[in-house]
Amino acid sequence: MTYIAKPKLHHPKLPANALGFTRRDYEGSVSTLCAGCGHDSISAAIIQACFEIDLPPHRLAKLSGIGCSSKTPTYFLGQSHGFNSVHGRMPSVLTGANLANRDLVYMGISGDGDSASIGLGQFAHCIRRGVNMVYIVENNGVYGLTKGQFSATADKGSKSKKGAGNPDSPMDLVSLALIAGASFVGRSFSGDKKQLVELIKAAIAHKGAAFLDVISPCVAFNNHAGSTKSFDYVREHNEAVNALEFIEGKEEITIDHDPGTTINVTQHDGSVLRLRKLAEDHDPTDRASVMNFIQRHNARGEIATGLLYVEPDSEDLLDRLGVTKRPLNSLGDTDLCPGSGALEKINAGLR
Amino acid sequence: MGAGTEALEQRPAPDKRGNGVGHSGNGAGMPPTDIGNPAYFHKVVDCQWACPAHTPVPEYIRLIAAGRYTDAYMVNWKSNVFPGILGRTCDRPCEPACRRGRVEEEPVAICRLKRVAADNKDDISDLLPPKPAKKNGKRVALIGAGPASLTVVRDLAPLGYELVLFDADKRGGGMIRSQIPRFRLPEEVIDEEVDYILDRGFVETRFGTRIDSMKELLSEKFDAVFVGSGAPRGRDLDIPGRSEAAKNIHIGIDWLSNVSFEHIDKIGKRVIVLGGGNTAMDCCRTSRRLGGDDVKVIVRSGFEEMKASPWEKEDAMHEGIPIHNFLVPKEFTHKDGKLTGVIFEKVVAKKDEKGRRQLVPSGEPDQHFECDDVLIAVGQENSFPWIERDCGIEFDKWNMPKVNEITFQSTNPKIFFGGDAAFGPKNIIWAVAHGHDAAVSIDKFCSGDDVAKRPPPLTNLMSQKMGIHEWSYDNDISNSLRHKVPMRDQKIALKSIKAEVELGFDPMLGYAETQRCLNCDVQTVFEANLCIECDACADICPVDCITFTPNAAEPDLRLILNAPADNLTQDLYVSPPLKTARVLVKDEDVCLHCGLCAERCPTGAWDMQKFLLEMTYATEARCSRA
Repeated sequence: MTYIAKPKLHHPKLPANALGFTRRDYEGSVSTLCAGCGHDSISAAIIQACFEIDLPPHRLAKLSGIGCSSKTPTYFLGQSHGFNSVHGRMPSVLTGANLANRDLVYMGISGDGDSASIGLGQFAHCIRRGVNMVYIVENNGVYGLTKGQFSATADKGSKSKKGAGNPDSPMDLVSLALIAGASFVGRSFSGDKKQLVELIKAAIAHKGAAFLDVISPCVAFNNHAGSTKSFDYVREHNEAVNALEFIEGKEEITIDHDPGTTINVTQHDGSVLRLRKLAEDHDPTDRASVMNFIQRHNARGEIATGLLYVEPDSEDLLDRLGVTKRPLNSLGDTDLCPGSGALEKINAGLR
Repeated sequence: MGAGTEALEQRPAPDKRGNGVGHSGNGAGMPPTDIGNPAYFHKVVDCQWACPAHTPVPEYIRLIAAGRYTDAYMVNWKSNVFPGILGRTCDRPCEPACRRGRVEEEPVAICRLKRVAADNKDDISDLLPPKPAKKNGKRVALIGAGPASLTVVRDLAPLGYELVLFDADKRGGGMIRSQIPRFRLPEEVIDEEVDYILDRGFVETRFGTRIDSMKELLSEKFDAVFVGSGAPRGRDLDIPGRSEAAKNIHIGIDWLSNVSFEHIDKIGKRVIVLGGGNTAMDCCRTSRRLGGDDVKVIVRSGFEEMKASPWEKEDAMHEGIPIHNFLVPKEFTHKDGKLTGVIFEKVVAKKDEKGRRQLVPSGEPDQHFECDDVLIAVGQENSFPWIERDCGIEFDKWNMPKVNEITFQSTNPKIFFGGDAAFGPKNIIWAVAHGHDAAVSIDKFCSGDDVAKRPPPLTNLMSQKMGIHEWSYDNDISNSLRHKVPMRDQKIALKSIKAEVELGFDPMLGYAETQRCLNCDVQTVFEANLCIECDACADICPVDCITFTPNAAEPDLRLILNAPADNLTQDLYVSPPLKTARVLVKDEDVCLHCGLCAERCPTGAWDMQKFLLEMTYATEARCSRA
């Protein structure tokens, strides 16, 4: 915890984006997490990503549950909407908000406890329904707020700070998201901001359920030898499958010099995901092969990161429900209650 | 001093032997920064580095904030000898250097804070050095009782030297007393600070005695002689009409001196001041108070190129004095032996083929300005008619004595020079710095030591950590803009030559201004082997000065940092390789020294440590430090 607010003074050459905002304008309150927490790096990456895509802060809704990770929406984009919900119930609240106002960008911030334990069911169903959102799990493998017990994502055999081994199998949220039908799945590391920022930008532009599993070392309870979520372990076992460059639709797309190793995925909004291939046997558009790929890596103890899977022609919950393009919260009495004439027509159609 | 003031040029101080942060070529990465070299952290304290006397500025600003005015005064007194005088008149090389000026509009009002310490201190007589128990048997003569000589006296007196101070004037102070107008510097302030040195029985003063012959002085068998006689000759302007209208044409510094000593108390209604330095500003503002209603300053070159400090120009214009530029005086017009005005040629600045800026006639008709009096303030120069050329002091082609820039020794080993007398007109703070160095030399010379061996500065680096997020300095700096110094009502100010224009910060305003100081002496010290590369410091840094990156040669590294490091005068702090083979690079340029990197560091790899550097003066050089 720190006692002074971050000084308002900034670098004299701090660049501004198309909205005239600097990156500093996307900050929130000063973090009250432990010094060095990976979550703060993820907040910094979210700030950077939103700044770079010129997102008006008031167009973002950040929702969270309970836990260290779920505190972090306070620490970024102080000028956006937020809702800190019940433990493990963020996905329901997010789904409801998305139904009520489809025009906002929804960002669900959760942790391994909030999503892989108490909220596992909500997590899976929210993904399954294809809610248009960015779902970020800040995954540190421990319950930090209760002093470091193994969480459901802790690897089998990994050691606690006191030296005890974890006997249980881990819940791999990336695999689960793939099974549940997520149309965008990525994994990253709080210590690799370059990769993370691009993934967040691409996920925001994606239509449908975009899931990001971000390994985020807990410096207080899970950053020791024997842990598989420590800075050192993740750096040693990090296998990036591709290098992503997010290109907004408005930019001109230049011709690839090396088409064999680079693929461009165009998303529904015109944005392009340029993926430079790093892993031989990885095809990010083939769900079944990606699931195999992940399992093979998991078995070898390697952490596959990058944009693991993307479905270019994705659809979301509102498409499937055929909901009106206008946000429901903007519909007035005349829209919602079109009068007895309209009712007669409907009734006639059902006879 | 004054119009002759040259652009500030840093003399390589003895403690600046390279800072070991250069980059190696051939694509190799930068070597780790050697923070063991005192010059590295000293350079981060921009104000102290820029100050010729290397006064520990942030240290005394914190003392002022704590209400410890006497302590703040003594930190200054030790370093720059004349805090009350300098707090009103210093040329402030520290302020353009101040880091605050690079992160917002204006630097901390360092100079005026110094005055707050002087104005609010208690009686300091008990804190001054005691009279030495016995004399050391060495006699030193000092010529000129200005700031350079007074500094030498202060540094040598406690060591037991028998000091004899000569000055043509009746009182000590030199140009401080003769050339700076009273409305900028009240006489009581001069008396007080000069008397801390002269009134304590340390020194024999022979005032009212002009030295006309160096040879004669040397015959008095002094062990060493210090020449601090200043640059006492104002430059004249030899153009037509000069002799015919001589009665109403005055040399600026001589005229100011006559005003100071109350030989002159009025001037004509219409006055033209020629020249663009600080002396010109003093001349025009003094004229306004002695009957000049229509006073104007006219300079040859452009307004921007004027040598006067920006604030002195502002003060003059604030008193209704216009400054006309690009006008070269051509002729004094006169009628019946009385000055009627000055004719000027209009010029423009052009670059010649070598890129040098030159003033060429614009082709417009000459302009005539009517006036009753002219003050010439176009520079001043040294003058040593009293030094016989065969007394062992070599002179260069500009008729200046050859003086060693570090030891201040002339080619006659027992004769030392300092202040304006050494290298031409500068300002008080330079004279003080010269005095300190010359005193060290004189003491070494008189003790038979090697004058070239300079005592190293005292340095200390101490952690400021008091608790988990507690520092022994106030890192919560203020966002307010520079506070303006309250001024006396202009109607009253312009009525008297003695009414001080600036009233100084009161304690509350002074406190508010101290809170703008970034505490640049509290250094960010990085311990590479503790770092786990969690990025917390890089994420929290409000000015993006921290980057974890693969190493590279300095020019390349400067381009790939989180924020461009294009201020080449500011160093990069580079760590040894970290676990990932990357290095930590911190651009010192705009660091706020807020300590958030250290607060957010989980392993204590960052620490905030106060770097104190004190120059070693003759008095201390004798002790264990040397």
